[in-house]
This record gives sequence, structure tokens and C-alpha cells, in this order.
Amino acid sequence: MTASAPLLAVDRLRIEFPTRRGTLVAVHDVSFEIARGEVLGVVGESGAGKSITGAAIIGLIDPPGRIAGGEIRLEGRRIDALPPAEMRRVRGREIGAVFQDPLTSLNPLYTIGRQLVETIRTHLSTGEAEARARAIALLEEVGIPAASRRIDQYPHQFSGGMRQRVVLALALCAQPKLIVADEPTTALDVSIQAQIIQLLKRLCRDHGTAVMLVTHDMGVIAETADRVAVMYAGRIVEIGPAADLIHRPRHPYSIGLMGSIPSIGGSVERLVQIDGAMPRLDAVPSGCAFHPRCPRAIERCRRELPELRPAGATRAACWLAGSPVEQAA
Amino acid sequence: MSALVRLTDVARTFDVSAPWLDRALGGKARALLRAVDGVSFEIPRGETLGLVGESGCGKSTVARLIVGLHAPSRGTIEYDGVALAGPGADSVPAGRRRQARRSMQMIFQDPYASLNPRWRVSDIVAEPILAQDARPPGAAIGERVRGLLAQVGLAAADGAKYPHQFSGGQRQRISIARALATEPAFIVCDEPTSALDVSVQAQVLNLMRDLQRRLGLTYLFISHNLAVVHHVADRVGVMYLGRIVEIAPTPSLFAAPAHPYTRMLLDAVPDLRMTGTARTAVTGEVPNPLDPPSGCSFHPRCPFADARCRSEIPMLRDASTGGKVACHAVDEGRLAPRTPAVR
Repeated sequence: MTASAPLLAVDRLRIEFPTRRGTLVAVHDVSFEIARGEVLGVVGESGAGKSITGAAIIGLIDPPGRIAGGEIRLEGRRIDALPPAEMRRVRGREIGAVFQDPLTSLNPLYTIGRQLVETIRTHLSTGEAEARARAIALLEEVGIPAASRRIDQYPHQFSGGMRQRVVLALALCAQPKLIVADEPTTALDVSIQAQIIQLLKRLCRDHGTAVMLVTHDMGVIAETADRVAVMYAGRIVEIGPAADLIHRPRHPYSIGLMGSIPSIGGSVERLVQIDGAMPRLDAVPSGCAFHPRCPRAIERCRRELPELRPAGATRAACWLAGSPVEQAA
Repeated sequence: MSALVRLTDVARTFDVSAPWLDRALGGKARALLRAVDGVSFEIPRGETLGLVGESGCGKSTVARLIVGLHAPSRGTIEYDGVALAGPGADSVPAGRRRQARRSMQMIFQDPYASLNPRWRVSDIVAEPILAQDARPPGAAIGERVRGLLAQVGLAAADGAKYPHQFSGGQRQRISIARALATEPAFIVCDEPTSALDVSVQAQVLNLMRDLQRRLGLTYLFISHNLAVVHHVADRVGVMYLGRIVEIAPTPSLFAAPAHPYTRMLLDAVPDLRMTGTARTAVTGEVPNPLDPPSGCSFHPRCPFADARCRSEIPMLRDASTGGKVACHAVDEGRLAPRTPAVR
């Protein structure tokens, strides 16, 4: 394996949900890569398929959902079709996970110390005392004061922000190469959110951990991510370096998404408005799924599905994005 | 301009004590939660006051106090010159108070929980009309409901549907139509867009602004999202542990925040234009409201706190920025106003 090979490669991933009324496709031909130590932000609105893509990578798609096509490779090794026992070893050891609600990610009946020690001993061959010492070191690293005392407390004795720090410590236990973080700050207040984002950034820099950061909060993405993928109706519609995608988006959906976010700097009379709503999975429009809401749609958009193509500094799946696009004023 | 809503030293305390027997046997003391502790502000007619703060700061309790879902433990709430709660309220005829109450409405955060799933949309929107004393004839109600739906951008045919047939943004439109049914002058919006996706949030915020322009509405807009408040509000109040620590016209509050907590909150907001930059470190967490710190409740997190801050509660005073701020450090000139630049 060469040094330049991506840490994670997702190739034409397809995720389906069979239902009585036919098969719903939640994720269509999604391909992306994450390099070592890179933070990839995945944004989109509810139902865009961003969380389920993250769940597929950690092997936690709830049945009846299933990976119906494509490959997921970690350091060149396929992990999408591993037997459950082997996937459990990958999950935690090589890929860590952080979810939105820190309370449901922790077992309320065990002290956080026990949960940390158990996780460490599952993945690393260490003794009890060594694992406990490592757990305390981890808690200190994520900024929990008086870690050696608080390690014997239960999750309910921690505040929301502190709990999310514990969850981060849990995800880091086995020094994974990749962390999938699904809305890690959404349940937190802004001042706490800022602390957690800073912590996540510092930890990844120190440990060289790559992150797939799934969120709907563009502000969080802007500060954290190296690259950004925008998802719409189960597909990536634009992907590229964070600064380019945020300041010079090329896909009409990305342009609308950026414009619809109220900003403290600017003062606008009206926000950019994308009329309509994300289509339901059982009624995805033909051609480009965004065409019914797109102000610039042409006849071709209604018939043909655009592929991701270079557009400026990013790649966008839009028939019109290849040509120089005037920025929406 | 005259104030439509005026709160004077309003407080609300909740008794969150353990049950009597536990207290008697376990020797536990009574526990009182000061959710709102001496809040005063005015909202002029036609304006939007934004109220921001983190979870548990009492902003939703203020909303509930104004619309009468809670009674204040202390202080006066006046609406359009009528005392709704407080010392003067008993001398106001009940009919006048009812009339005032009817001209205020509320929009809630979760459009999935605030609409009855078993009712058709037309019935949901018609309910406030039917609850009025002078009930219009049936045909007029149907006409009015269709008009209300059109006003919020829904089709007349949507009235026959049930809430589950709508997306989150459309449900919030239904909530707005219901709130407008009694032709209110004042609407309390408690996190109306927090449960919505950004593109849908933009639709709802634009709609609310259009309605304000067209109908001359006055809003109290509560949110934890500073960017949203910046967009909608004319003036902004910042709450911390049940008190207003700063209240100022929106442009000056965001350009030159005076209170250290406001500064910290603004620094914590992720900004689209700050790609890749680190922001100022934010430290600490909101203390337990059951056991608030002495003096200024922000002092344990405040880099400028001194002995006076630890012992004496600061009062809201006029600040050089055109607003009011409750901070000893600002009062004494220990903390210079932040220059309106960089942002």
C-alpha cells in the first residue's frame, strides 16, 4: 500500500430500505475518500442520507436497511461485508463513533470508568490497572477536571458538555484512525458547542485521526472541516475544499443552502429561500433530484442525471455548474 | 413609540423540593428554583425583541409568563396599558384582561408536538376563532381559515389534510396560521425555527417578516441561535440564569457587546467566514440554577470578575452603547467597550 492511498474510500455506495411498497434507495452511488488526518464535513438537510452514510461506514445500519451496492475500504481493506464479529473489532479499534446525544451513548448503569476500561481492554491487550490509568489520562486529555475522582461517577452526574467529552474519550480509547461524528454538537449550547469543536480539532491534530463530521450546521463545518461534501436526496451534489465550497459554491443547492443561513456579519432584508422541501424517498424526481426547486433548471435537468464534474475549485453534479456561473447576489 | 408589552421586575420561582416525607425523614431542605429573577423590558409596538441565552436561562419561562401560562411570583406584566399580572391586575376588569390576552398568541418550537395529530388542519386553524365569545357563522369561519392558509403560503385544499401529511416547515406554517386566527397584535415565538432545516428556516423567517410588515405585528422572538436573532430582532436581550445581563439595539449589541457573557456568546458562534480559524476559548458551563453563585451569577466564568462581582448583584444600567448592561466591570470602567471593528 502506498502512502498516498486514502484512509477511507467509499465507492458507489448504495443503501436500500426494502418496504412493503417497494424498495427505497436512501443513498445512491455515493463515492468519496478521506485522507489520513483529514476532516471531511458532510452536510445536508434531514433526509439527505448523510447520517445513514456514516452508519454504513461503522457497520451500524438498522435492518431492514442494507448496503445494496458499492464498496467501503479502510486502508484498502473492504469493511462493508465483514462478518459481525470482525466488524465489531474494526468498530472501536479502527473507527470510532460519536453520536448526537451523549446521554444515550453512555450506559447509565455503569460508571464512566467501567465503560472506558471495558472499551480499552476489548481493543488493546492491557491489564486492569493499566487500562484505568489510560482512562484517567484520556479523561484529562478531553478536559474533565479532577479526572481521577470523576472516573468513578455515573453519566447522570455529568453535564451535557462533560458527557460529550466522555463520549469523545470513549471514541479515542483505542486510538482509531477514523472517527465518524454524527451531529456531535447539535444537542449542546453554543458556548459548550464551541468547546467541543475545539477539543475535537485539537485531538485529531494531536493523534492524526481523520474525522467524518456529519452535521447540518454550516458554521461548525466552516471552522472544522478541510473538505466538505453536500448531500441532497441521497447523493453528493457537490464536494470540494471547505473554503471554496462555502464561499464559492457552484451547485444551485449549495448556493441556496449557504444563502439561507443567517449570518451575524451581514445584514440582509430577506434570506435566500429555496422553495419547497427535500423530496420523499418514494417520490424522488426524475433527472436531477433538485430540479423542481432549482431556479435555473433547464429541460435537460428534468431528464438526465448529472454526474459530479469539476466546477471551479470543487466538483458539482449540475448540468450548469461546469460553465462559469454568476454568483447568486 | 409606546410600549405594547412592559415587564417590570418580573420574577418566577418554582418549588422543586423533594416530597414532604423525604424532606421530613431525610432532612432535606426546600429547594426553590429562581427561573426568572427580576426581569424588566419593554417591547414597542411593531418591533421585534429577541431574547437569547443558553438552556435553562429562563427565556422560555419569560415567554410563558407573558402569555399567562405561568403566574409571576413578583412583578408586573402590562400589555397595551392593561396590567395582566401583578399588583395592579386585580383592579382591571376581567373582560379587559381577556381582551388583552386574546390579542397575544404563541408559536412553539416543535411543530410535531404543538398540532393535534387527530385534527384536520382546517379545524386546528379554526379552533381559536371558535373559542371567541362572538363566534362568526360557519361559512365565515371557513372563508377565514382559507384566507389564513393562503396568508402563510398553504393551499386551501391543505385544510382537509392532517398534520402528519406535512413537513416540519409546513407544520410551522400551520402553527403560524393558527396564531394569526384571532388577529393578534403580539406573537410570542419560542424557538420557532430551531427544529427546522436551514433552508426551511429561511422560508419561515421570511414569512414571519412579511407578516410583520403586512399586519404590523409585534414579536417576542426567543432563540438560542444568535445569528437568527440578529436577522429578525430590532433589539436583543441576553439572559443568564434568570436575569437580563444586557439589552441593546441589535446593531450595537452585535457590533460592540458590553457584557462579558455577551462577548463570550458572540465569540462562540461558529461563523461561515471563519473557515479554518480558531476562535476565542470559551470556558466553563452554566452553573446549577438551584445553587446560583453569589453576586453576579456570571462571575465564576468571567475573566474580569473581582471581589465586588462575587458579593454584589449588578443592576441593569444605561451603557454607552445605547443599551443597558448589568456588569460592575463595565460600570467602573474596568472593562472598556469593545470597538466595533473586525467583524
